[in-house]
Amino acid sequence: MRDAAVAQAPRITPKVSSEDWIMRAVLVGIALYLTVSILLPLYAILSKSFKNADGLFVGLANYVNFFSTPALFWSIENSLTVTLICCVIVVTLAFIYAYALTRTCIPFKSLFKGVALLPILMPSLLPAIALVYLFGNQGIIKDWLFGYEIYGPIGIVMGECFYVFPHVLTIMLIAMANSDARLYEASDALGASKIKTFFTVTLPSVRYGLVSAFFVCFTLVITDFGVPKVVGGKYNVLATDIYKQVVGRQDFEMGAVVSMVLLLPALFAFAADRIVQRRQVALLSARAVPYQPKKNRVVDTAMLAFCCLIGLILVSILGMACFASFAKFWPYDLSLSLKHYNFDLMDGGSWNAYWNSIELAAWTAVIGTAMVFTGAYLVEKSKGFHSGRAAMQLLCMIPMAVPGLVLGLAYVFFFNAPNNPLGFLYHTMPILVICTVTHFYTVAHLTAATALKQLDGEFESVSQSLKVPFYKTFFRITVPVCMPAILDISMYLFVNAMTTVSAVVFLYSPDTALASVAILNMDDAGDVAPAAAMGMMIVGTAAAVRLVHAGLTRGILARTQAWRKR
Amino acid sequence: MANDNNGEAYLRVRNLTKKFGEFTALKNVSLDVSEGEFVCFLGPSGCGKTTLLRAIAGLDIQTMGTVEQAGRDISALPPNERDFGIVFQSYALFPNLSVTRNIGYGLENRNMPKADIAARVSDLLDLVGLRDHATKYPSQLSGGQQQRVALARALATSPGLLLLDEPLSALDAKVRVHLRHEIKELQEKIGITTIMVTHDQEEALAMADRIVVMNHGVIEQVGSPEDIYADPASPFVADFIGTTNFVDGEVQAGGRVSVAGVAIDCGAALDGLNPGDMVTVCIRPEDVQVSTEGGGAGIPVTITDVEFLGSFHRCHVMPVNGAGQTFGKDIDFMIDLSAGRARDLGIREGMAVQAALPPEFVRIYRPVGGG
Repeated sequence: MRDAAVAQAPRITPKVSSEDWIMRAVLVGIALYLTVSILLPLYAILSKSFKNADGLFVGLANYVNFFSTPALFWSIENSLTVTLICCVIVVTLAFIYAYALTRTCIPFKSLFKGVALLPILMPSLLPAIALVYLFGNQGIIKDWLFGYEIYGPIGIVMGECFYVFPHVLTIMLIAMANSDARLYEASDALGASKIKTFFTVTLPSVRYGLVSAFFVCFTLVITDFGVPKVVGGKYNVLATDIYKQVVGRQDFEMGAVVSMVLLLPALFAFAADRIVQRRQVALLSARAVPYQPKKNRVVDTAMLAFCCLIGLILVSILGMACFASFAKFWPYDLSLSLKHYNFDLMDGGSWNAYWNSIELAAWTAVIGTAMVFTGAYLVEKSKGFHSGRAAMQLLCMIPMAVPGLVLGLAYVFFFNAPNNPLGFLYHTMPILVICTVTHFYTVAHLTAATALKQLDGEFESVSQSLKVPFYKTFFRITVPVCMPAILDISMYLFVNAMTTVSAVVFLYSPDTALASVAILNMDDAGDVAPAAAMGMMIVGTAAAVRLVHAGLTRGILARTQAWRKR
Repeated sequence: MANDNNGEAYLRVRNLTKKFGEFTALKNVSLDVSEGEFVCFLGPSGCGKTTLLRAIAGLDIQTMGTVEQAGRDISALPPNERDFGIVFQSYALFPNLSVTRNIGYGLENRNMPKADIAARVSDLLDLVGLRDHATKYPSQLSGGQQQRVALARALATSPGLLLLDEPLSALDAKVRVHLRHEIKELQEKIGITTIMVTHDQEEALAMADRIVVMNHGVIEQVGSPEDIYADPASPFVADFIGTTNFVDGEVQAGGRVSVAGVAIDCGAALDGLNPGDMVTVCIRPEDVQVSTEGGGAGIPVTITDVEFLGSFHRCHVMPVNGAGQTFGKDIDFMIDLSAGRARDLGIREGMAVQAALPPEFVRIYRPVGGG
């Protein structure tokens, strides 16, 4: 009887309201953008690697060529060697540094944290240039290398360690912050020694953070182009090979092959990191009590010394670059002058490049933030349309797995193809903006998604019941409440657009030269001091933006977000 | 199933089924709610009560079945084309808007003159007693005050139906008792048809005109609080509402059931059962009558434990009939005695008494799957 009734009841197809259609249309629009800006270019570079210079399909011939040319495939080993050495060094140092900042009572913690984050403000070319001034042929502490040359693996490792330190440290700090004081109390109460507590409580609680830090370090180093470009010398790595094949030899097909080879480890590290992160979620319960470090004279002193040493190294590398940019004629006339800042007189640089960079960063921040936040909102908060949202989520994750050089080269193949209707974008400012927004899409998306997840899931339900359209609630509630995260995203995009070299190096035109690319070109042309000067311009700008961001965030929290306080 | 209304129902739910993938959260549920009625959906977590509420709201539309409100078929409509106000367990107050702006949120979008909005919000502030807090932000209010803001916001647009999804469960016990009284009063004053979801039987008994008891996606019983308490339709309802003793019984000839070796009268409740059938006999602890005179009517028992619960004592007892008679495997039989009655009887552990089960309070169920 009841079964019959179930069979008779009409199946309901929920009516899709006009609001739902708007949401779906915007979501599809952003998904289409990502398809055009990442999927299709990736397909273009993949297919290019199977074609010859005349565009004919040649199967694996290019790959066979790559693996039968020792000069090319040795780069794989070189890349892996320096990358793994960097990973071990940086993860170890960052672990100790993070430990000192979170688990000991050293003074000046915020100062040490700020110093450690300095490298984020500069393109990786700049520390490499500073290393040349420190350890190069005319370097002031050249002797410290005991006759070894800075040009080669030593220089790459030193430069990369400086460049990735803040990224790894950030992950370690988050992992360390996820600690439950109750576990330490329990360990104490059970009479465990400090050493034993370290191995049974501290290490296990940060193991996912360590693994994650390792993979992030791996990806950053193996895909970085700036450091090996400046101090790599004759030591070839995959990232510089792509550049050399394309810019030096105009062998686009081989560039595509090397790109595919570089994409593999990056994809692998990315996938491994995602799996590890998924596991970490349940580690900290809501009832956990934050850990309060206790004073310990021996440990605190040792850690303070360690932090001072690391901080000193970081500051002195930046300080070296800064001094070099002002020194009149290194190393003969060290009096200060601004002549290296007269970029318009230099080969490969101009003030125009600097202003272009500002323009690129501003557009990237504005357009990128609007698109990323809207996209994340629709993925998190729209109803139904599960397949569309799942596809969008996947699309948002792809950019992180693609190294900048690969992305840039892929754009060359895709947008410069004769039959592409979007070809008019090639060599313009818009393509630089599109490339940069896409390059940094994933991290921005994750930041937005995290902030949105913290909002009450029923805001949308309530406004529907009150018959207020979703976009009004979006602008009146969601955006204001998420304003700190939105500012974070825009600052992240701005600073990265200022400092990135890898993706845009293939895409600029004389009219759209960029500051970071100018560093590369001036360094290539032997104008090293002006290159350092341009680097300092970027550091100064990025630092200023960070300060403005901090001020804005504070101001907004104080004024419009009075509701956050009780 | 639930059709005990004569007139035209305000809300008609027919054959509602909701599936989440393989899992069926609601199975062919039908229900009528009259205009102005206060109905509670009551049941343990996972019974489908919130799913039913969200289907009525259009937030998670049912797989099959229809919903009609005020004679209009709203089965497939999105929430913004329906007519209801809703209060969630989390309240979902907009944190960046003041109390006034929160309450007026739904009015600002209706081309209402500003003065009218202000007047309406002002009325609502008085209605929920928050006039002094009008300019505060939600985070500056207590839980109970936040709850009232959410209620005022839901009522602001004068909807035809008010939906409350566990509105009190995030509050302290004291505030809860106070607020449930207030909500009920408010509802009677406005006369708005209201559906509240709760897992707290006390709340449902105190507030509802009618209670819908749900379990495993079906409606077990619909009735007034008194009906449901006094005459539960199934062992589940008897167990879920209040406290009930479940004991094993065997049907005997002459309308009697044997419990722990003692035959007791059950009146007409044995229709369709034959002597020898095993049944479950239910009686509430407060309905058991205790006497100390030996040889009186009832089952001779020993008090094994006495719990003092304030206004009454709860005695746990064991039968003392010979031949190892019991109430059933692992059954804890309880008797509640008012403090005065316990004093009069001189109740203490180890004491032997007679426990009588008056026929008018005894209910018999066929044992279904261990019921």
